[in-house]
Amino acid sequence: MGYLQGFAVTFKKLTEDRVTTEYPEQKRPKADRLHGRHVLNRYEDGMEKCIGCELCAGVCPANCIYVRGKDNPDGDPVSPGERYGFIYEINYLRCIHCDMCVEACPTEAITESKLFEFSFTNRADAIYTKNELLVDDDGMPQHLPWEDWRPGEDEMTSGWMRATASSGNAAYEGKVAWSGELGYGVRAPEIGQSQDAPPADTSDSGAH
Amino acid sequence: MGIVGDVLDEGLEGLDHNFLTGNIEELVKWARARSCWPATFGLACCAIEMMATGSGHYDMARFGMEVFRASPRQADLMIVAGRVSQKMAPVLRQVYDQMMEPKWVISMGVCASSGGMFNNYAIVQGVDQVVPVDVYAPGCPPGPETLLHAIITLHGKIESGELTKRRAATGAGAGLIVEQRDGQASPLQIGR
Repeated sequence: MGYLQGFAVTFKKLTEDRVTTEYPEQKRPKADRLHGRHVLNRYEDGMEKCIGCELCAGVCPANCIYVRGKDNPDGDPVSPGERYGFIYEINYLRCIHCDMCVEACPTEAITESKLFEFSFTNRADAIYTKNELLVDDDGMPQHLPWEDWRPGEDEMTSGWMRATASSGNAAYEGKVAWSGELGYGVRAPEIGQSQDAPPADTSDSGAH
Repeated sequence: MGIVGDVLDEGLEGLDHNFLTGNIEELVKWARARSCWPATFGLACCAIEMMATGSGHYDMARFGMEVFRASPRQADLMIVAGRVSQKMAPVLRQVYDQMMEPKWVISMGVCASSGGMFNNYAIVQGVDQVVPVDVYAPGCPPGPETLLHAIITLHGKIESGELTKRRAATGAGAGLIVEQRDGQASPLQIGR
C-alpha cells in the first residue's frame, strides 16, 4: 500500500497555494541590482550628461557599445562639457548587462533601468541609438513598442555597485555604494552595500 | 448521405441543415500558436533559464508549450538557448531540418543571437547564419520573463500569419543576409 503515500502528496498539492506568476498579466518584483536596458540621462536643464569620452565603449567586454564624441557646437551646446556623444549605439544582441559601462561612466550619463522584458523580431530593432536610449522630456525612459513597460516601472533604476568614488566625491572612495540615478538631475550617492551601513531606501527616487 | 446529401446536384440548396462558414486559416493559425511544442536545444547557461520558464514559477504550460520534445519530428519551435560552437552548428541545422513544417526558431540570449561576448573563432557569430531566426531574446541570459516575452511575440506573429508569409516570400526568418567580405569562403559550410 505504499503507493497511497504518493497519492496523498498529489492531493495535498491540489490545495496548496499556486506559485506561478502569470507573467503577461503580472510581473514579479525585480531584484534591487537587476540590470535591465540602459538609459542615457540628462541634467535638469535638458543637457545630455554624455560627454563622448568612449570609456563605456572601452570597458565593454562584449564590444556592444559604439560611441563617437564631437565638439559641442558653438552657442548651442548639447552637453555641459567640451564634447558630447553624437553617436551612441548599444547592440542588445551583444550586451550582457554587466553594468561595467555604468561603473566606467564619469558623468553617470548611462545607467540601467529595470526593464528586461523585450524581444526583437529583426536585428535592426536590437541596435538602440541615441534616439531610443535618451530619456524623454520628463526624464523618463522611452517606451518602445517591443518593450513591456508597466506603470511605475520607469521610475525604477538599477541600484549599482561602485568601487570607486562616485561623482568625484572622495568620501566614497573604495566603498561599495548605490547610486540610483535616472533621468533628470543629480542624486547623491548612498552607501547601501557596505557591512556597517543599512541598505539604502531605493523607493525614494530623489530629485529628478 | 448525411447533411451534405444532394449538394452535388442542387448546390447549397441541397443541404439539409444550417451551417456556419469560417476562415479555416484563422483556426489553423490559432491552433498553431497554442500548441507550439519546443524542441530541447539547450546549449549553455541559457538552458537553465529555459528550464525555469518551463517549471512551476513561470509555467510555460499556460501557453500549451510545456512538452519539450526530445525528437525534432514532434517539435514546432526550436529555442536555441546558448552559444553555438562551429562544431555544433551542423548538428543544429540537422535538428532544424528534421523538424516538421511549419517551424519557428527563437534565438535565446546574446550568444545565440550574435556570439555575445564570445567574439572568437570557436563560436558562431549569430545563429541566424545557420537557421532562420524569428524572434531574438536579448540578455545574458534572458530571464524567464524575457523568454516569455519572446514567446508571446512569436505567438502573435504566428497568429497574424506574418511569419508564414515572410517565409514563403523570402525563405528567411528575420531576413538576415550574411555577406562574406573579400570573397572569403563561408566560415560555416553545411551539407557539403
